[in-house]
Amino acid sequence: MPTVTYTAPDGTATTASGEAGDSVMETAVRNGVPGIVGECGGSLSCATCHVFVCPESAAFFGEREDLEDDMLDGTAVDRQENSRLSCQLKLSAGHDVFVRTPESQV
Amino acid sequence: MPDSAPYTGAAGSAGTLIIGNSQAGVQLASTLRELGDTEPIVLVGNEAHPPYQRPPLSKAFLKGDATAQSLAFRSDEFYREHSIEVVTGEHITSITRDAFGGEAISASGRRFPFARLALTTGAAPRKLPFAGSDLRGVGYLRDAADATRLLAELAAATNVAIVGGGFIGLEVAASARASGKNVTVFEAAPRLIGRAVSEETSAFYLGAHERRGITVVLNARVAGFVGDGGPDSQPGAVTGVRLDDGTIVPAEVVLIGVGVIPRTELAEQLGLAVDNGIVVDSQARASDGFTVAAGDCANMPNPSRADAGTDFGDGRLRLESVQNAVEQAKVAAATLLGLESTHHMVPWFWSDQADLKLQIAGLSGSHDRVIVRGNPHDEKFSVLYYRGEQLIAADCVNSPLDFMAVRNALNHDQSIPADLAADSTNSLKKVTTP
Ligand SMILES: Cc1cc2nc3c(=O)[nH]c(=O)nc-3n(C[C@H](O)[C@H](O)[C@H](O)COP(=O)(O)OP(=O)(O)OC[C@H]3O[C@@H](n4cnc5c(N)ncnc54)[C@H](O)[C@@H]3O)c2cc1C
Ligand code: FES
Repeated sequence: MPTVTYTAPDGTATTASGEAGDSVMETAVRNGVPGIVGECGGSLSCATCHVFVCPESAAFFGEREDLEDDMLDGTAVDRQENSRLSCQLKLSAGHDVFVRTPESQV
Repeated sequence: MPDSAPYTGAAGSAGTLIIGNSQAGVQLASTLRELGDTEPIVLVGNEAHPPYQRPPLSKAFLKGDATAQSLAFRSDEFYREHSIEVVTGEHITSITRDAFGGEAISASGRRFPFARLALTTGAAPRKLPFAGSDLRGVGYLRDAADATRLLAELAAATNVAIVGGGFIGLEVAASARASGKNVTVFEAAPRLIGRAVSEETSAFYLGAHERRGITVVLNARVAGFVGDGGPDSQPGAVTGVRLDDGTIVPAEVVLIGVGVIPRTELAEQLGLAVDNGIVVDSQARASDGFTVAAGDCANMPNPSRADAGTDFGDGRLRLESVQNAVEQAKVAAATLLGLESTHHMVPWFWSDQADLKLQIAGLSGSHDRVIVRGNPHDEKFSVLYYRGEQLIAADCVNSPLDFMAVRNALNHDQSIPADLAADSTNSLKKVTTP
């Protein structure tokens, strides 16, 4: 089972396991991980699922699409090089993913 | 208290009962735990499924991309780990109050004692008394059971009629059209989505759906539905929509989406103030000062930051959105625990119809002028709403940058000068003024 470790700005880390095909956002929301809201359920409408992907995990995921890129321009905490909308990050078998969550999502 | 009740009734011993286990109910339970509540929490609902998201029911679900399971809000482990008892398939029919709390009883006779009570009963589709409404193939869309039935009926249909050109009607119309059906939308008003967006946005959606091959009838006068008679014992299947001039438009599936009405039966029974929803204050507290209510069932002081100090809508309204259910439920949870919290936000909403992404920030109801940015013919534009010089809302079509800029500006009580906004070569983010 793939796992995702979410590290909050204060350093608290929470690890949740998901199913292959689930997104990093879904895995957080289903397990009540704080720091990710996911209001639109992954339809790229809300940008409340912003994460910073740690370098060792970046290679698991494809490139951003234009829409994701545009939405990232308006996130509550300014985007960085490694910013992604976590509803677009799908897990695969064997992945152990590490992300950091921003100070706020709205 | 009835003698038969195995209920200890001591203050605090029975914890919180949340009636209605959907968007608002799940959030309320989760927030109670986040805020450190350790008392029992029971989340009861009358649907067969554990709590799931509704928005995809008119979108991904109709493409076959989702199930009630895949739409679940939380995992079973989450509820277990957080000691939230989720009860499905129990319809609460009555509630009695006593000095320590009270007790709710379901149709099957199950008793749910409580020390604290939250109503998150949501809304039900507004039913129209059309002749032929009981024909097979005629239905509404509110829950997973409705969506499952609709998906099966659509598979066998060639002609689909939608009564009501609001968000849900148009989303279903777009999904059905994408799978090759002949789709006709009947809207009684002179424009589409009239309750929520400007004339500019309505006109755009009319053209956009027509370009995709949907027939839209505005000012439509639907008189009823006609069917094939069917075998004696069963109602027949629908074959068409009858208009008041006698015209019959063929349809093997009819979806009626003409708005919802808040579910207030239990609140009324409790004697709570009800007026287009359960009347609550900005702390989500109902008129008895004890019960809280949140989500689609609640009528509240206008929570929109941009409307602070105005009396738009008499200062009260009821919102039907995920965001409102979530935000108000958080406030309700805090109120139950005696913590300070007020329902203030920048309302926002989305609707996905075909490849058109609509994102709405703010409430536009009190605007006195609009600015159109970009060109609707490119299917990429925004309508910005102003009250005087103040930006209050925007409808953004395939324009996420504009949406994000407006939502952020409203969240920070900033504005965007109309003359600068009108020039679509300006980035809204860059011309936002503190
Ligand atoms: C098809 C569809 C598409 C939508 N799309 C969007 C969208 O794109 N964006 C958006 O923001 N919003 C959308 N919405 C609206 C959004 O889903 C609602 O605003 C939200 O679900 C409200 O949550 P709620 O918890 O207040 O009420 P509800 O979701 O209505 O839940 C109330 C629950 O309480 C149960 N209940 C009621 N009375 C009783 C009783 N007496 N006993 C036991 N159980 C009871 C009901 O059966 C229901 O399960 C959509 C809604 C639908 C139906
Ligand atoms: S969940 Fe809304 S954009 Fe990712």
